[in-house]
Amino acid sequence: MINIWDYVISFLVGGFICFLAQILVIRTKITTARILVLFLIIGMILEVFNIYAPFKEFAKAGATVPIIGFGANLARGAIMAAEEKGIIGIFTGGLTASAGGIAMAIFASFIFALIFSSKSKRGGH
Amino acid sequence: MDKEKRNVNYNIYVESKVPKTRAWPSLIKAFILGGAICAIGQGFFDLYTYFFPSLSESEVSTCMLMTIIFITCLLTGIGVYDVIGAWGGAGSVIPITGFSNSISSPAIEFKKEGIIYGICVKMFTIAGPVIVCGVVGSIICGFIGYFI
Amino acid sequence: MQTYKLKNKVYILEGFSMVGPLEGKGPLKDYFDYIIQDDTLKEKTFEKSERKLLYDLIINAVDKAGLKMSDIDFFIGGDLLNQIVSSSFAARELNLPFIGLYSACATMTESLAISGIFVDNKIANNIVASTCTHFSSAERQYRFPLELGNQRPPTAQWTITGGGASIVSNIPSKIRINAVTFGKVIDYGISDVNNMGAAMAPAACDTIKLHLKNTNHKVSDYDIILTGDLGKLGSEILIDLMEHENIILGQNYSDCGCMIYDKSERVFMGGSGAGCSASVLNSYVLYKMKKGDFKRVLVVSTGALMSTTTSQQGDTIPGIAHAVELVFNDLDAEKNRKKMGETSRLKRKEDVKPLSNLKKTDKKKSKIN
Repeated sequence: MINIWDYVISFLVGGFICFLAQILVIRTKITTARILVLFLIIGMILEVFNIYAPFKEFAKAGATVPIIGFGANLARGAIMAAEEKGIIGIFTGGLTASAGGIAMAIFASFIFALIFSSKSKRGGH
Repeated sequence: MDKEKRNVNYNIYVESKVPKTRAWPSLIKAFILGGAICAIGQGFFDLYTYFFPSLSESEVSTCMLMTIIFITCLLTGIGVYDVIGAWGGAGSVIPITGFSNSISSPAIEFKKEGIIYGICVKMFTIAGPVIVCGVVGSIICGFIGYFI
Repeated sequence: MQTYKLKNKVYILEGFSMVGPLEGKGPLKDYFDYIIQDDTLKEKTFEKSERKLLYDLIINAVDKAGLKMSDIDFFIGGDLLNQIVSSSFAARELNLPFIGLYSACATMTESLAISGIFVDNKIANNIVASTCTHFSSAERQYRFPLELGNQRPPTAQWTITGGGASIVSNIPSKIRINAVTFGKVIDYGISDVNNMGAAMAPAACDTIKLHLKNTNHKVSDYDIILTGDLGKLGSEILIDLMEHENIILGQNYSDCGCMIYDKSERVFMGGSGAGCSASVLNSYVLYKMKKGDFKRVLVVSTGALMSTTTSQQGDTIPGIAHAVELVFNDLDAEKNRKKMGETSRLKRKEDVKPLSNLKKTDKKKSKIN
């Protein structure tokens, strides 16, 4: 059932998004935190204008793995919960939809921080 | 002499002196790394769809992201991810791995200041804005969805 | 009067330098006294490693000079960490009167200059001037966590792991401190923290210009003019700035940051940090001066006086540079030292690596934390 095309399109679309981001990095010396936030907001905007769903249908993991997908997920969660539960959904929906990723990031970071220590860099790269 | 004018001129001069790096190699590297991470994500997606047919598509998607996040934290811990990141640039930042790395790297780095004030406090020094903007943005989106 | 000419004879009796593994692979590797293979120095945190590095430097410098700790009147120095903790914590173990300085990466020449003035005015006989930096502790204070996968812009520099200690003394040696110039804080409106060479170059230009003017020297009078850590870009800018002032820096100009790393190691514009000029000065420069290859040397360490807070608030980066002029003193220093009658000194030739010294002081070192 594995569709090779899914992989090709994921690679190409995901790669292209990173390509655009790298242009930004080179041109504007943008920092990690800023670039993450920028693409997160782009994802939200795509979701609000209903562009993200067809984009995801087309690009598969090329749309969900980049931080754009994370932003879209947050936005979609809030919008859908708002429709279902009203005002309370506006506040709970976003984090509920993205809870898995955030929880795993915090949990894994905490555990690995207990296990590992940072190493000094061996040289320039 | 007018200091402001001097500074502006100096900045322009320095800008002209900064060596122009060839952009193409780094752009291609970012493309390859970002693409590869997304393709790996697709691999996990297919894997989980095959083994857990009862899960919905969005749940499978979440599982896939969680797996990638976990792997990134592990790679950060063993000191591999910074090398990958220095090679691939934005290709390592834009995928969810960048978010994961930006949480785990300060957590590991500031471990020496203790669990509470080190790991827990510093964990969000870089990724904090992502979560803040994410939550605020989602609430705004929720309002938009609710009223429109 | 920014330039102070030392009236009495003040010497650099001895210098000791220690660097980390990466610097130990560079072109100056044969000049350094000791190359650390494990840059944690077996300490738990990089901050502890840095203060141990400084402690080791001082202990070994005093030992190499054939003095005892009780002969030292002051420890003058600083480092890059907040509240110059490495120096004060090292001083805690040293049991010496401590004068803490901060001029960012210009700390080495500032310490030397102040030590020189102290000895010149007979306030002290022997002073140890020292500073060091550690890549990993500087990185976590000034930039990002070590494990963060980020790319550095091409103008970035690489903070060195290492440092140097000099014994400034009235005991004659082959290196005499002739004149010192304290620089003004100069800001040309550069705000990019990844381009510190450009921020510091105007300060270096100003200090060199003043020093030449006040001492009535020409560039060609010096065998080498050495800036601290301007890096490749910064030194190119300095050459242009000096040209603008009608001073041509020729073949005798060099930069410690450009010298310390191999071209194959991708460290962008070169080394930076207080330890950069400290280690090069206390190894390469002193060695060449003792051999008599360099008769007159001008060392101009440069510092960028910003903090993470000021740069986040969008302030520009002020630069500072202090200059120390060293001259070759043609006297049979060995003979003089023999008079003091210590046998250990007989072994003291420039090319003997003081590994044995280091072992000897291991016990003393373990006191620190």
